[in-house]
Amino acid sequence: MSTATAPTPTIAPASPRRLVDFVLRARTFGILGVLALFVLITTAIQPRFLHADNIRFILATTALYALVSVGETFVVITRNVDLSVGSVVGLSAYVSANMFQAHHGIPIPVVFLVGLGVGLACGVVTGVITAVGRVPSLVVTLAMLYIIRGVDTIIVGSGQVVANALPNSFINIFHATVLGIPDIAIAVAIVVAIAAYYLRSFRSGRELYAMGSDPDAARLGGIPIGRRIFGAFVLSGALAGLGGVLWATQYNTIDATAATGLELQVIAAVVVGGVAIFGGSGSVVGAALGALLLQTISSALNVLGVPSLWTMAISGFLLLVAITLDRGIQLWLAAALRRRRVHLGA
Amino acid sequence: MEPERRTLRDRIAPLIRWESGLAIALVGVLILGNSISSQFFSSYNIFTLCTNIGDLALLALPMTLIIITGEIDLSVASVLAVSAETLGALWTHHWPMALIFVVCLVIGATAGLINGLLITRVGLPSLAVTIGTLTLYRGLANVILGASTVSNFPAPFNTLGVNGFLGIPWLSWSVAIFLVCAVITGVMLRMTPFGRSLYAIGLSQEAAFHAGIRVKRTKLLLFVASGVVAAAVGMLYAFELSSAGENIGIGFELQVVTIVLLGGVSIFGGKGTILGVALAAFVYAGLRSALLLTPSFNENDFEVVSGGLLILSVLIPNTASFVQRARMLMRRGHVRDRRKVLALADAEVLDRD
Amino acid sequence: MSSTSSPRGDTEERAGGARTERPSDPRSTPILSLREATKAFAGVHALEEVSLDLYGGEAHALVGENGAGKSTLVKILGGVHQPDSGSLVIDGREVVLGGTADAREAGIAVIYQEPTLFPDLSVAENVFIGRQPLRSGRRIDYRGMHRDVSQIFERLGVKMDPDRIARGLSIAEQQLVEIAKALSSEAKVLIMDEPTAALSPVEVDRLFKIAETLRSEGAAVLFISHRLEEVFVLCQRVTVLRDGKLVLSRKLEGLTGDDLVRAMVGRELQARRHEPHQAAGTVLEVDRLTREGVFVDISFEVRAGEVVALAGLVGAGRSEVARAIFGIDRYDAGAVRVGGQPLRRGSPTAAMRAGIGFVPEDRRQQGLVMELSTEENIALASLRALRRHGLLFASTERAFALDWAQRLQVKFSRLSNRVSSLSGGNQQKVVLAKWLSRRPRLLIVDEPTRGIDVGTKAEVHRLLSSLATEGVAVLVISSELPEVLSVADRILVMREGRLVATMGHDEASEERIIAAGTGQNTGADRIEEPTS
Repeated sequence: MSTATAPTPTIAPASPRRLVDFVLRARTFGILGVLALFVLITTAIQPRFLHADNIRFILATTALYALVSVGETFVVITRNVDLSVGSVVGLSAYVSANMFQAHHGIPIPVVFLVGLGVGLACGVVTGVITAVGRVPSLVVTLAMLYIIRGVDTIIVGSGQVVANALPNSFINIFHATVLGIPDIAIAVAIVVAIAAYYLRSFRSGRELYAMGSDPDAARLGGIPIGRRIFGAFVLSGALAGLGGVLWATQYNTIDATAATGLELQVIAAVVVGGVAIFGGSGSVVGAALGALLLQTISSALNVLGVPSLWTMAISGFLLLVAITLDRGIQLWLAAALRRRRVHLGA
Repeated sequence: MEPERRTLRDRIAPLIRWESGLAIALVGVLILGNSISSQFFSSYNIFTLCTNIGDLALLALPMTLIIITGEIDLSVASVLAVSAETLGALWTHHWPMALIFVVCLVIGATAGLINGLLITRVGLPSLAVTIGTLTLYRGLANVILGASTVSNFPAPFNTLGVNGFLGIPWLSWSVAIFLVCAVITGVMLRMTPFGRSLYAIGLSQEAAFHAGIRVKRTKLLLFVASGVVAAAVGMLYAFELSSAGENIGIGFELQVVTIVLLGGVSIFGGKGTILGVALAAFVYAGLRSALLLTPSFNENDFEVVSGGLLILSVLIPNTASFVQRARMLMRRGHVRDRRKVLALADAEVLDRD
Repeated sequence: MSSTSSPRGDTEERAGGARTERPSDPRSTPILSLREATKAFAGVHALEEVSLDLYGGEAHALVGENGAGKSTLVKILGGVHQPDSGSLVIDGREVVLGGTADAREAGIAVIYQEPTLFPDLSVAENVFIGRQPLRSGRRIDYRGMHRDVSQIFERLGVKMDPDRIARGLSIAEQQLVEIAKALSSEAKVLIMDEPTAALSPVEVDRLFKIAETLRSEGAAVLFISHRLEEVFVLCQRVTVLRDGKLVLSRKLEGLTGDDLVRAMVGRELQARRHEPHQAAGTVLEVDRLTREGVFVDISFEVRAGEVVALAGLVGAGRSEVARAIFGIDRYDAGAVRVGGQPLRRGSPTAAMRAGIGFVPEDRRQQGLVMELSTEENIALASLRALRRHGLLFASTERAFALDWAQRLQVKFSRLSNRVSSLSGGNQQKVVLAKWLSRRPRLLIVDEPTRGIDVGTKAEVHRLLSSLATEGVAVLVISSELPEVLSVADRILVMREGRLVATMGHDEASEERIIAAGTGQNTGADRIEEPTS
């Protein structure tokens, strides 16, 4: 070839496949890297940060966000978005916690099922409107955000669930640990693992990626788009419903404003975790790590004495950094793939 | 082919559109309001209605333009907050009001510029960017004033939420300003090259670029404008409330998007009118006012209603075109099987060779 | 004894006048038989009682002008559309294709002009999407998938890593993946819709070799193309459609290109003659234009009143040069001057102000806003000029568009209809109208007649020629050599990013252009080096 081409960077592997793998792995490790960086800097300034108690707290708080992030990831991969998760968590938190107030002695697993049910119902409605009604998910979930929050407020009225209405065994769920690691963190980690395995090893999981990667090709290829979108929203709703119960175990006092704005934090976690906002790529593991990173930062700021007012600003900033970085990587990757094609010959 | 003659059908068809439906809905809402309460048309109630909608409607103007080009700006409420809180903070430090105005508008422009640059120069999707800046700016707004609230704004500004425009008791300043801006924006959108280019950009950015339309510069301009308008509305809103404090304007962006979509603007870009958005704003405000006058109906119930309206605003046209296609297929008699009809009506527009 | 061949098996006369059919040759029963298919869209007939038989081991060409119904027929076979009436018989059984999945199951594989792969999935996943091999517990068997795809690639003689992500593959490579997809589902019928439009000759060769391999294995190949030369190389049988109806369906042997063209068009086409033009002053000067990795040191001029063609293989960098001149792409070094004045780089607005018009290669994505009306598209580049008192009125726009539509003889039913309702040829005229209405000094046209029917093609050529006569400088990029030869006064040839030859019309020939484009220096034919 006589045309000038830039020399291949020596650190990156030569074959296209290895290159892409390399980038994907680097992205995931990137999150861990930033995480490590934060932890190191914060610990250097305030050793209290790395205390077992604090780590446990971070892991326990992350559980909720990671769980909801899994569901959101499923939706985002298909090139949709679920803005209603915050309202679902809020509604589920109240309804499930209220079970204790309304039915004394109700077994805890039942309460979890109630929360799951609330989330499922919301997910089904959203899923039907999106899949069958062909209404863009941004519009539907925006509307559901309102509707569910409105329903929540109507149900709650001016009341609230107070901490002492909840049995100790329920409240302790948040604090229970196994070998020093919070139970709920382990449970959520298992959910993440199952979800990741499903997305990798089952046809329907791969179809979700296909739908986000090229919706038209997916339709032509005979993928049952409606069914898959419906499923993704049902899952997102269900996991948000479970997340609501986790919210209740953490915050104990729940009123109508519970979990307002949570959807933004979840989307931030998902994007920081490497899931492309246009779908087609990304992993639930990445999303969970994204949630962990954001919670760690929140805790770090707290420990460092930065007023909690700053957390919002910082997480917004991080979101922007993450997507800018991803864009940079994407452009570099595209150029690198083109160069390799030229080298390896057509 | 002879030169076209505009048949009666040609003239009527454009009228049977979304905007007409909204006009009818507006009349319906007014009738509903009046039947619920004789107070509906009182000067006080209309004024309240106006103050509720004026700010949202103003924000809806740049939002409409942005959505027509296929983007979205979810950070408007946060920019509003930054501006309002800056107003409060600077006023507490006795800065002259004129200077404060300039500062706030510059802040709005900067916020919009950041959005615009990330979207046009770096090439990031506007949904993700404005979710990020929504969070970032809101966080910054919270930091500016903290938990305190400023309420001692001077006359005549502190009466903006109380006195009518130029003495008209039922017309708020915000709606008056909105009406003027709406007319200007509407004319600009329909009848200037800039406005036309927005539709082209929304329908096919590449083709627009190849026709010499400066896509990036246009979008950048729109986001800066959105920031400036949001900042201006922030000050206006703070004056109307006679206070600037934490969480001001929270959730506004969602209401604005709702109004714009109700106005017939397609979320995918390339379609929509200012007239539609203006009508939708008044339908929205009128409906809320009418419902709130009903005993036992409160703000939260309205949230549910507006969510439902939003879904219906897209669901109804979708269903209508689906039914139309299905009926056409059945009428031609070629396809009998019901299921096949449903599947085919579902299909995209069939293009020719 | 005489024998006559007929589409359905051979018959021969024996002494004594009795006719017997030869025992059925496995190749004498069609694998696929479309019978009397009719399809109408919005009252317009795209296909009227068209029948087609595809035999195993045979490559069958489907030709016809745009609007003739080829695309519709392909979509019917592919399961995208269902015929309004008529039937489809596959391996002797009548089949109804409810969708693309049905078609695939029936053994029909379609390779569209623009392959649709999933960029975020691997090549192997793309090949097997929806049908990934499974292992225990219905889990995807990645290793098996990799193995199967590798085997297919070996069979095709292709070197590609099955695990690489599909993003970044060239069109030729994407087509190979589509072919692999077809093979993996053991397709009996392979339909290729205009596959060679974006391929270099090397890639075309490879594609044809693969088609041959498949043919020899007994598959039926349906090849749709505008390039008659390729049809004669690859196919044994041909079907010609015109205006939705079947005109001809027989063995290709014995037919000439003219026969086909006549059948496609229904009338005699005059041989294309070249009209020389009088060139005047220089309008465009391109001076050592360079864009790293794409083109190097490109220098040439175009004068008012002349038509210059930029020829060469796909991928030589011609479109990129044009886009760089017009400002769609940037360049790294060199300069562009229009009428002696330097032209700012990277700004289509500046180029337009300097009097340049640009008709891009991709009509649907770049040339037109498909969802806008015809009149809006025509007016799109002239909005500022159409203002009265600073505002745009619909009536002004319409009158303007009508004027230009008539000048270019665009066939439309209503100017206010979406431009997507027009045929390809008319759409191209709309693009031309958009630019010509600006009265450019220099018109750059990239592939002026791609995907256009023969009749409109001639009109476009005449139009370009008359533009030159009026004094416009015209730069044409084309991969169709007959077109280049008939239209251009001067021909520049690019190869691998460099300008390697210039020739005047009188000294040019297809062989010389090809030789320059591929770098084959055959001694006897010396290539002139470009004079700057």
